Amino acid sequence: MKDLTSWAIISITLTFLIGPFIIIIFAGASAGEALAFPPDGLSLKWYLKVFTIESFRQSFILSMGLAIFGTLAALLLGVPAAYALNRYDLPGAETIRTIVASPIIVPGIIVGLALLRYLVIPTGFTVTLALFLAHTALVLPYAVRVVSSSLNNLRSDMEEAAVLLGCTRLQAFTKVVLPNIQGGVLAAFILGFVTSFNQVPVSLFLSGPGVKTLPIDMLAYMEITYDPSVAALSALLAFMSLAIVFVAERLLGFSRYV
Amino acid sequence: MSDKYVSLSNLTLSYGKTVAVPNLNLDVVEGELIALLGPSGCGKTTTMRAIAGLLQPTSGSIAIDGRDVTRVAANKRGIGLVFQSYALFPHLSAFENVAFGLRLQKMSDAEVRKRTDAGIATVGLTGFEKRKPAEMSGGQQQRLALARSLVMEPKVLLLDEPLSNLDARLRLEMRTELQRVQKATGVTMVFVTHDQSEALALADRIVLMKDGKIEQLGTPHELYAKPATAFAAEFMGFENIFRVEGGNLVSDSGQLPLGFNAVSPMLAWRPSGVQVGRGPFSGTVSASSFAGGHREYVIDTPLGEIKADASIETPEVPIGDTIAFDLPEAAARPLSV
Ligand SMILES: Nc1ncnc2c1ncn2[C@@H]1O[C@H](COP(=O)(O)OP(=O)(O)OP(=O)(O)O)[C@@H](O)[C@H]1O
Ligand SMILES: [Mg+2]
Repeated sequence: MKDLTSWAIISITLTFLIGPFIIIIFAGASAGEALAFPPDGLSLKWYLKVFTIESFRQSFILSMGLAIFGTLAALLLGVPAAYALNRYDLPGAETIRTIVASPIIVPGIIVGLALLRYLVIPTGFTVTLALFLAHTALVLPYAVRVVSSSLNNLRSDMEEAAVLLGCTRLQAFTKVVLPNIQGGVLAAFILGFVTSFNQVPVSLFLSGPGVKTLPIDMLAYMEITYDPSVAALSALLAFMSLAIVFVAERLLGFSRYV
Repeated sequence: MSDKYVSLSNLTLSYGKTVAVPNLNLDVVEGELIALLGPSGCGKTTTMRAIAGLLQPTSGSIAIDGRDVTRVAANKRGIGLVFQSYALFPHLSAFENVAFGLRLQKMSDAEVRKRTDAGIATVGLTGFEKRKPAEMSGGQQQRLALARSLVMEPKVLLLDEPLSNLDARLRLEMRTELQRVQKATGVTMVFVTHDQSEALALADRIVLMKDGKIEQLGTPHELYAKPATAFAAEFMGFENIFRVEGGNLVSDSGQLPLGFNAVSPMLAWRPSGVQVGRGPFSGTVSASSFAGGHREYVIDTPLGEIKADASIETPEVPIGDTIAFDLPEAAARPLSV
């Protein structure tokens, strides 16, 4: 009886997790003209069409750029921040940790609106730059957390040993700390990349004419055209994320860090 | 040879508002192996970290080889430190661990290789160059940490309980190894331990510390034979310590008449100094155990428990029986408070 209950729970969970994914794969593989499930016959034409839509191509490049450079910037800020929080007995470290984690708590849509209202409009920042800042801020908490957890496992006497062998503090960081947390940094990069790439709420208010991230562009596309290409694209993106996480897990036991 | 190769003057070390070491004065002779001995929390590590420059003193000064280094950064002092945890670099091979400090200096690759190889050979790790620290045993890691500091040819080598992570057999082996390396290189060594036998076996001089202060300083023989205070005596194995009051030996549980004149406020006997089998006093045997060369008795007396070692030649007294004993003048060690 107990066995039956746990099986039921597992099946329901899996259905909810994987079900939408399967529906999307098949909806995209439709031979018909409208988005529907079950699809009207099977074909790969929508999967191929995705690659011919010019606006998708542009927004894909923007999203890629934001995900890569936004995450890199977040790491550039986040690694030293995590290090400082971890190693120095800073006054109010707890408060800083809470502030750093706040974008995870504050709804993205508010962050996006705030940036539009108080950054883009008054200062005339370009939308692209605002998007870049927003994505950096979005990824930063993840970067700090993941890197912090690998720093916690690294004893600080190793750096002191390096200093006594002649290193400056900075050299001790680059020669001893960084090589030993590179797994965590890579994990933070992947997590940040995927988070940024799939991000909708923050980007919603920060998209202007000609500047749209891929998820926003897909929303816009669906408002006008109700064909299965959006489903096909979603399926392709899901595969991309899966592939990245799979490779990461294989290479460095990603799940240890998250 | 300088008698003040490392000189600590009026050194006060604190963590925030808590003072760990108040006003320490200590001179280390060039080329000697000096041991900082004391119970946990007495400030041994704190003192080492200050000498190395990892902890800035609240007041006082540190001089090395005649030069005041109180304000000199840790990486410019020329001091080596072997950490209790070894603090090896896990991402580097044994060779690169040892070469690490040399590579930071302007030195040719050939020179780095030569000195690293020599350092690795000194500690007997030739053949292990390609291993990562995680692939080495505790003793090998310890020797690697030693080699990493030695190749830098430090003015002073500090060792913070370097043997405490090793098993008993390896610990003895590494003791001799340390002594050999020290004699071969002539490096001045400051060695932290809370193991009195380790300090006695290794050190030229012992600094016995208590609550951040020096309780007694002397050669191992001086400390072993002539501890000055009750604390030092206890550390050196005098297990029977009593107050002297008006011709009596006094403890918290009672008193016994003292058979001779004493001027010191306290007297102490090692278990081996207590005479058993005959004597003016008697007590009840409460524990008895065979220890190879002798038998260890715990005797219930008016003074409380007395620990006494008896020769195995004398017949064994069973637990619960009465036993005669004496606290002879010849074995008594006078102590100040
Ligand atoms: N980082 C720290 N912050 C606050 N107090 C500290 C710190 N490190 C040590 N202390 C305190 O300073 C005193 C001396 O500590 P220290 O580590 O020097 O002792 P130790 O003699 O090395 O002891 P052990 O044999 O346990 O290593 C102790 O009372 C300890 O509680
Ligand atoms: Mg210590």
